[in-house]
Amino acid sequence: MENLVYIALFAPFASSMFSALFGMSPRQTFVGVIASTLLFISFAASATLAYHVYSTGTAIHVTMMEWISAGDLTIPFGFLVDQVSVTMMTVVTLVSTVVHIYSIGYMDHDKSFNRFFSYLSAFVFSMMILVMSDNFAGLFIGWEGVGVCSWLLIGFWYHKADKPREENPSISPSWAANEAFIVNRIADLGMLVGIFILYWNVGSLQYDVVFAALPDLSGSVLNAAALALFIGAMGKSAQFPLHTWLTDAMEGPTPVSALIHAATMVTAGVFLVIRANPLFGMDEVAGVSYFIAALGTFVAFFAASMALVNRDLKRIIAFSTLSQLGYMFAAAGLGAYWIALFHLAAHAFFKALLFLGAGNVMHAMDDELDIFKMGGLKKAMRWTYIYMGLASLALAGIPFFAGFFSKDAIIETAFNEGTFVLWVILVLTAGMTAFYSFRQVFLTFHGKERYDKATIHPHDMYKFVLIAMAPLAILAAIAGFFMGGYENFVTKLLPEYHMSEHTHHIAWLLGLLVLVVAVSGIVLAYRKYANGLKRDEDLENSFIYKLLANQYYIPQFYEEFITKPYAMLSEHMWKDIDMKIVDTTVDGIAKFLYKSGDGARKMQTGNLSNYLNWMAVGAVILLVVAAISAMLV
Amino acid sequence: MYEAVAFYLFSVLTIGLFLITVMSKNVLYAMTSLAAGMVLISGFFFILGADFLGVVQLIVYVGAIMALYSFAMMFFDATRDIKEKNTSNALVFVLGGLSALVLVLIFAAPIHSEAIQALYPMHEGVGNAQDVGIVLFTKYLVPFEVAAVMLLVAMISGIILAGKKMDLSLTEDMSADDEILTQKDEK
Amino acid sequence: MIGLSHYLIVSALIFSIGLMGVLRRRNLLMLFFATEVMLNAVNIAFAAISHYYNDLTGQMFAFFIIAIAASEVAVGLGLLIVLYKKYGSLDLDDLASMKG
Repeated sequence: MENLVYIALFAPFASSMFSALFGMSPRQTFVGVIASTLLFISFAASATLAYHVYSTGTAIHVTMMEWISAGDLTIPFGFLVDQVSVTMMTVVTLVSTVVHIYSIGYMDHDKSFNRFFSYLSAFVFSMMILVMSDNFAGLFIGWEGVGVCSWLLIGFWYHKADKPREENPSISPSWAANEAFIVNRIADLGMLVGIFILYWNVGSLQYDVVFAALPDLSGSVLNAAALALFIGAMGKSAQFPLHTWLTDAMEGPTPVSALIHAATMVTAGVFLVIRANPLFGMDEVAGVSYFIAALGTFVAFFAASMALVNRDLKRIIAFSTLSQLGYMFAAAGLGAYWIALFHLAAHAFFKALLFLGAGNVMHAMDDELDIFKMGGLKKAMRWTYIYMGLASLALAGIPFFAGFFSKDAIIETAFNEGTFVLWVILVLTAGMTAFYSFRQVFLTFHGKERYDKATIHPHDMYKFVLIAMAPLAILAAIAGFFMGGYENFVTKLLPEYHMSEHTHHIAWLLGLLVLVVAVSGIVLAYRKYANGLKRDEDLENSFIYKLLANQYYIPQFYEEFITKPYAMLSEHMWKDIDMKIVDTTVDGIAKFLYKSGDGARKMQTGNLSNYLNWMAVGAVILLVVAAISAMLV
Repeated sequence: MYEAVAFYLFSVLTIGLFLITVMSKNVLYAMTSLAAGMVLISGFFFILGADFLGVVQLIVYVGAIMALYSFAMMFFDATRDIKEKNTSNALVFVLGGLSALVLVLIFAAPIHSEAIQALYPMHEGVGNAQDVGIVLFTKYLVPFEVAAVMLLVAMISGIILAGKKMDLSLTEDMSADDEILTQKDEK
Repeated sequence: MIGLSHYLIVSALIFSIGLMGVLRRRNLLMLFFATEVMLNAVNIAFAAISHYYNDLTGQMFAFFIIAIAASEVAVGLGLLIVLYKKYGSLDLDDLASMKG
């Protein structure tokens, strides 16, 4: 079993290194094939481990080596495969395998094909470290690793030029990559502070040691640690106010969006909260947990509202990711950790499917993303239509698809906890979710063809790509039926969560209510968009529409009130402090050395006699120094 | 008493002779006084009981080295006075005087250390040559052999440097080379 | 009574004379003479220390210094001859070709 742990962890690493060997050479299909094979091996190992953990109910804990050992600080390079991490491992490797195979087709014409696989596999490796580590330090390494890889991947088409914000809200891939990285840095500082607080008070970073020591800590320490760790989670999971990077990150290639910005990296924050559930679940930090739930609910609504009016295919899906992450946080904040984890897994399947489908559409439409310029793709792209429709059904929470079970459970939890405000918002959001996902499906696939038929000839993706997407589609459809079994499996580690008798009693009613809201959302979308696009000028010019379309003007706000003042401050520092003080000092030293060298050059007469004189001067000085020091002693 | 007389006599003479060596414009004078000074230094050695060293000093310095100098002098024009632009006397005397002063001060200071112990003590009733021989061929054998090799190397290099193309003038060779080069250029 | 200090002082004086020679002369042959003077000065100090501490080590060093002086003269004179053949002069002012 121990070997399987290493295989699951290092197969992506091997894949990354192998692809990196060909990073600078032209496209080689076998690179993609081998990378996908290695990822599949990693998936197979993860799945075997999952079965093992499931059947025996025991976690596997391996320590590869001592990593840091300094004074009292010892951090081993250890890996923990328990119910939580094995879930993440399986989901991550499954989605990654599909995305790798998909990328062989999608990146077919890209000249940096090999480089792409190298980054992609490196990302999976970092994610595996993140989820498998048995201590906070390893988690942080993985955390930063996925940050770096996402930077590389978002900025994969770094050569694209900057555009003004009106034309392209995310300006350029390299701009978006930098934004993602910098925003994450801000949050990572919080995360680091949290880790330091825990280490300072506990003296260890091992999960088991830290969690065992929690009851002895004071309430303020616990609150500070929980809050700081959650700030880290907010950055990675793009919660308000650090959410802007996620939609801008859609500048990256679509497989990247599917893998990183839907299925894996952004869930790291949720994973952290779930992993640290002994901390977040304590009575002392109930305030922080409630804050998490409230913020999650807010983000769920907030993101869904922006998705309602967006015209960019990938951005809509990105907003829906944000919204679903909000759901997960809401569940985790309310103490239903296993439901959050289940929604995470289910969401990963249908969201990756949705993104990959969007990639197919993009591929067919010559990289056009505006859904107002699509339409009628149903016939040309039958399979993509089926996949995206299926994923949207799952996302909307239509019964018997994956999203129905997981999202419903979250909404039920909100009701059960007595937080009715959150419940109402979450129900409303479910309706909005259904509306915007089907708005997108109908605008893309139904109605008249609004694209330029002379230049664009839509066609479906390669066969193998469509086949590779099938597992995701199947799981998006049926994952919900495993909910009961999964609950038994994962609650061996995570705290159990039961609905109260009362809630249980009216569960069907609540479910029905949500369903009605969701279906009405779909019906509304159908009536408005299924028969082609009828643009409503009044609506589009209304204040609310503009507010939503411009993402509540938050990017502009950041630009005006953070980026620009910071740039001004930097320029001030540069011109007045760096140039005038630091540079002048350094230049002064250089000038002094130069001048003194120039002066000393006169010694170099080329005349041996002069050299001898100088040598004698030096010898006499040394003699005098020796004599004086001897006298002083 | 004799020792004191001899010491002061030798000291004054040596210093005087060496001053002539350093100050004289004539190579011949300088060399002669140098040789004389070295003989007197061997006198110091004899006073100090280092008989063997004194003999070596006479043979090697006064015999061999001075002979080498006199042969070498034949290559140079030694009869004329040397015309050189000497370094300003002020600098020379300041530096030389200062170093002399400091050294004298250092050496005149009493030696406090009691820990100085003879590494290879001399033996009573045994001749200096015998003592030196035993130490030189046991404790200092390796440096001795290395010194021998060094002398061999020095000899060979001396022969090669001075003896190569003894029959030719080096300056003429150079011009010949230049001619060949210019001819090549013309072609 | 003549002590160790007397010898050392004489040695220091002779050494300084040699140093003055090195500083003052521009003729290479004269520089060689001055060097010889300095080497001899050191030899006196060694022999004196050897005598007063009843230790043979000083004499050993003096031997090696003589050996080194001999080698130096052999090589140095060879070089001087080559230089003289090439430039027709031994004056350092004429040989200053390494101006920086």
